[in-house]
Amino acid sequence: MAVDVADARVFTELRSKPTRRKIWPLVWPKLLAVAIFIAAWQLLVWSGWKPEYVIPSPFTVLDQLFHDLGSLAGPVGVTMRRAAVGYSLAILIGGAVGLAVARVRVLRIAIGSMITGLQTMPSVAWVPLAIVLFQLSERAILFVVILGAAPSIANGIIDGVDNVPPLLMRAGRVLGAQGFSALRYVVVPAALPSVISGLKQGWAFAWRSLMAGELITVFPGHLGIAQTLNSAYQNADFVGVYEAMIVIFVLGVVIDALFFGTIERAVRRRYGLVDAAAA
Amino acid sequence: MTAPTDLELRAPIAPAVSIAGVSKVFGSGSASVVALDRVSIDVEPGEFVCLLGASGCGKSTLLNLVAGLDRPTSGQIDVRANRTGLMFQEAALFPWLTARGNIELALKLAGAGRDERRRRTDQLLEMVHLGDFAKRRPHELSGGMRQRVALARALAQDAQVLLMDEPFGALDAMTRDRLHDELETVWRETAKTVIFVTHNVREAIRLGDRVVLLAPRPGRVAEIFPVDIARPRRIDSTPVATLAATITDRLRTEADNGR
Repeated sequence: MAVDVADARVFTELRSKPTRRKIWPLVWPKLLAVAIFIAAWQLLVWSGWKPEYVIPSPFTVLDQLFHDLGSLAGPVGVTMRRAAVGYSLAILIGGAVGLAVARVRVLRIAIGSMITGLQTMPSVAWVPLAIVLFQLSERAILFVVILGAAPSIANGIIDGVDNVPPLLMRAGRVLGAQGFSALRYVVVPAALPSVISGLKQGWAFAWRSLMAGELITVFPGHLGIAQTLNSAYQNADFVGVYEAMIVIFVLGVVIDALFFGTIERAVRRRYGLVDAAAA
Repeated sequence: MTAPTDLELRAPIAPAVSIAGVSKVFGSGSASVVALDRVSIDVEPGEFVCLLGASGCGKSTLLNLVAGLDRPTSGQIDVRANRTGLMFQEAALFPWLTARGNIELALKLAGAGRDERRRRTDQLLEMVHLGDFAKRRPHELSGGMRQRVALARALAQDAQVLLMDEPFGALDAMTRDRLHDELETVWRETAKTVIFVTHNVREAIRLGDRVVLLAPRPGRVAEIFPVDIARPRRIDSTPVATLAATITDRLRTEADNGR
């Protein structure tokens, strides 16, 4: 008995994946936006609103950036190492707190709403306390990064566990999934999309916190990209300011959109959470 | 109210499911609702019994009690089976797993080893005619295909008693018709005992050896109709329509009485 034609047709429509031909329509608007931005910047320079040492031509900045790529690699490396360490610790801490709050009712009542509250706390506000506790040091910066990222990560887990569809829990129970096996085979996979959203948001907060931490917590030795930005500003090297800002922006976008965005989209597609016809 | 413990006292064939004087009350005091009032049904091994009734007659409640998801307020339910499989109106498949993955998980939770899981899943997918769709995820399948995966998943538990709660209620008539044929075939091949809840009179007659008509408020057995129509049956055949008319009349009477 073959599957009927309608089923097969639906199936084909849903399975069609984006092909090479579908990538260009996604790329050209972005390229156009960048081109318009650079053009607007150049027009602003030509308008003479500010002297050219304050707002240099985009081509001067890009040219300089190209020349300085080698010397920027060091600060970028320092910053990325801090990001990796801080973000990893935030995952450990946020993950543990999130799991505990999601599973233990008393903890939920006690600190559940506080975690959401922590998310709204601007990370710069933690910097003075971080310096008091850890002086001008690596640890002060990591402290700010962790406090910035951990609440989002914890919230992603709590939301995910809270919103496991009851029907799926019931289906799992009927199949014999109880206790740990219900957690492993039903709750964890069902919560995954929300957990990934939390991780993505946590990264955005970690990156912002890291920049705030680096800008304020300047100490000799290892200089990160935001500290490069700061010293360019101190030395009135405005081209350097723009360079550093472009690097910070590009790094943030690449990791957020390309890395986390791709994972998030892949998971959502796999779970059927996107309109497959539009994907 | 107390069932005899000595098997010798029973009928020659012990029922697969025995529901004896079962009542279920939700809530307490003035806010309490009697969902089931002294319901007694015996289902023989390998029998296909349909529970038929309007909404609010407690048919899903009864099924949950048999499945062990809830306890009766009074009365006794004996299920002489290793376990019971349950199917809902929604397929309730795990969206992160493929059709194959959903069936394999059921086998895994039932304690099957890897080779056995693979072999049995192949068999079950063939049985519900989804061999070519093993790698599809639920959202890539049509409603009818999802219910077939759900059926295969329920069968994977190797439960001798299969409980079905309006499993085809959300499907279009043509798909439902085809799934009736498939379910009947599966039932014949596996010799399972099936309790099938529906509010569709013809569906109940199409499938059941007996149709248990439940009356609402409080839920109770109004009448039990044996279906003496040779299989395979067609849902639009004259004998089915004739019996459907009789049962529908009885349903109307019950609904009027309950008002």
